Amino acid sequence: MKYSIVSLLRNAFSHHQQWPLAWRSPAPKQEYDVVIIGGGGHGLATAYYLAKEYGITNVAVLEKGYLGGGNTGRNTTIVRSNYFLDANAHFYEHALKLWENLSADLNYNVMYSPRGVLNLAHSYADLESYSRRGNAMRLNGIDAELLDLDQVRRMVPLLDCSPQARYPLMGGLLQRRGGTARHDAVAWGYARGADSRGVDIIQQCEVTGFRRDGNRIIAIETSRGTIRAKKIGLAVAGHSGQVAALAGLRLPIESHVLQALVSEPVKPILDTVVTSGAVHFYVSQSDKGELVLGGDLDMYNSYGQLSNLPPIEHAVQSLVALFPCFSRLRMLRTWGGVMDMSLDGSPIIGKSPIDNLYLNCGWCYGGFKATPASGWCFAHTIAQDRPHALNAAFTLDRYAQGRTLDERGGGPFAWAH
Amino acid sequence: MMLIQCPHCGARDVSEFTYGGPADVARPADPLATSDAQWADYVYMRDNPRGPHDELWQHSAGCRRWIAVRRNTLTHELIATAEPGKLPPR
Repeated sequence: MKYSIVSLLRNAFSHHQQWPLAWRSPAPKQEYDVVIIGGGGHGLATAYYLAKEYGITNVAVLEKGYLGGGNTGRNTTIVRSNYFLDANAHFYEHALKLWENLSADLNYNVMYSPRGVLNLAHSYADLESYSRRGNAMRLNGIDAELLDLDQVRRMVPLLDCSPQARYPLMGGLLQRRGGTARHDAVAWGYARGADSRGVDIIQQCEVTGFRRDGNRIIAIETSRGTIRAKKIGLAVAGHSGQVAALAGLRLPIESHVLQALVSEPVKPILDTVVTSGAVHFYVSQSDKGELVLGGDLDMYNSYGQLSNLPPIEHAVQSLVALFPCFSRLRMLRTWGGVMDMSLDGSPIIGKSPIDNLYLNCGWCYGGFKATPASGWCFAHTIAQDRPHALNAAFTLDRYAQGRTLDERGGGPFAWAH
Repeated sequence: MMLIQCPHCGARDVSEFTYGGPADVARPADPLATSDAQWADYVYMRDNPRGPHDELWQHSAGCRRWIAVRRNTLTHELIATAEPGKLPPR
């Protein structure tokens, strides 16, 4: 059913009791042309574009828990394409272009809000690196504006712009088309779109092993029985190493916990996403009115979706230092998500050493904004058995070939990206 | 919140320590006899276990010495600490 003003009115007469389910919950079939492991945004987007762009509809998405219950529901909903390296810039800009039309494409409101993403500069070195990044972005056709302190003050008047501020400000880099989107709606919209094209979405279905025949996987062992598949796509960021190990693969990935927290809801007060690379902090205001903030990784390997106090304390200290007016807001809740931290900070979307297994992993903390392009490129890679130009650089073998994509020059330390 | 048992200083808050990565990755002994693939494996590939993990930490706001820590990456339980290379076998 198409969602529209007409369907809304029609269902109002039945007190909204008759809305059909947005997707089916079928039992798994014995065989599929393509099985996507992981029912988060990336896996569901991949299934959607496989069906929409390539007409491949004999597809299953297997999800261990519930749709969007992993990192899709744990991120802080920011979308942007302010990258320096060409490969990253082109890829994330493709994602942003898909974001701009995603609600209409899916007939599902993902609440994309281009409210601007502002990176604060605290020093001449910050300004230098932001002007370099902004120029690189503009050369790649991406919008970027370098702001001076007056422009920052006018745009975000709540910031402490005084000379005696704890973190003195000198300007910033602004991407106006960046902003936020509603994370749950992205998973649900893609799920509904894929399901309506014939894709089977199978929740509560954990992959427990792979059955190999030579260099191919012929079947997937799951908690709901054995499923044969011609092609298999892995989209389980956070736990990629665990599932890849079932297939005998090692990956250049470490799992780290990243935390976020929200304040009590208040009236609209902050209409821009504000980040500071120097302070390791970012904040935006959700449509519900909560301030959504976060900072750095906990900086050690972790699969625990646990909250630990030191990074929370740092995020709150940073918030109050940059925005003194928020000092009396109470924090409502904190949570942690497990990141696939790749060793160069960039993702892997491409073929694996196993003939019919494809990898989509290593998203670090940039996975949410990539969701549409990730699914789009992964669907192309699986359907055509070769990467699209947009993800050709994101190969697994780039590490051995010395072609790493290290956006900030952090070196081979997963927690430095 | 994690308390790490520094072998030199006793139990200290995790915020006094700096993480240094896996402790059980050995640098190739003979660089000239090591292939590109073996170097890439050493530099980039990780076991990334979900459970006990041997890692290096520096007590950077304490005695400044490097220590080896065995820690459960799922529960954050601290299992053992020792001087680097001295963790008991698993």
